[in-house]
Amino acid sequence: MKVAITSTGNTPESKVDQRFGRCSYFVVHDTETKDTEFIPNPNRNAREGAGPASVQIVASKNVQKIISGEFGIKIKSLLDSLNIQMIVIKDAEKSINEIIKMLNN
Amino acid sequence: MSPRPARLRKISNPPSVSGFRPYGGKARKGKPEALFLHIEEFEALRLCDHEQLNHQQAAEAMAVSRPTLTRIYARARSKVAEAFVFGKQIIIEGGKVYFDSEWYSCRTCGCSFNNPHRQEHVERCALCGSKDFTNYM
Repeated sequence: MKVAITSTGNTPESKVDQRFGRCSYFVVHDTETKDTEFIPNPNRNAREGAGPASVQIVASKNVQKIISGEFGIKIKSLLDSLNIQMIVIKDAEKSINEIIKMLNN
Repeated sequence: MSPRPARLRKISNPPSVSGFRPYGGKARKGKPEALFLHIEEFEALRLCDHEQLNHQQAAEAMAVSRPTLTRIYARARSKVAEAFVFGKQIIIEGGKVYFDSEWYSCRTCGCSFNNPHRQEHVERCALCGSKDFTNYM
């Protein structure tokens, strides 16, 4: 199963990004093959519509879960219709490594 | 004739805490009085003051009319002000609301997650796999 995590940097030590649409990187992790891919977010400085555009990127990777700090109102209904699960982490100090470890528990 | 039943308010971000408590001064002696802030009032405050949407946009997000949103918002402001002035405890609870999809919060890792597959029953936290989680409603 593929999981997307929003990240502030492109290393496994980076912290989770509290924003979804304008995060710096998306981390796509496959829990079966343990593959991790970092995708730079082209919408990070977008003025409008960053959320839906980011959903498209993530959905094209066939992920089933998205982990981020917060999801905007435009995104929630979109993800609901795509049947993608949202996980909200309020702890901004968690690193990508720690989250991947939790997922594989 | 009886009035039309109230529309259910849509909540997109459930509150992350269940309330607020005053400290110091008068609050030191005994249990402070409490007031109930409805979840819909919390959501109106969040949309208008935190996300800084205008009332029209916030009303659409909560699936109610603009005048209704303004009334909910006014009630929320007055309750928060009352709590501040009299040092009352705020309990966020109740109200006629529904969530986009069912939301759960995990007691082990502190995350919250939703269940996009309504037919399936949630048995484990989506992040850490713990079985210790609660439903928001």
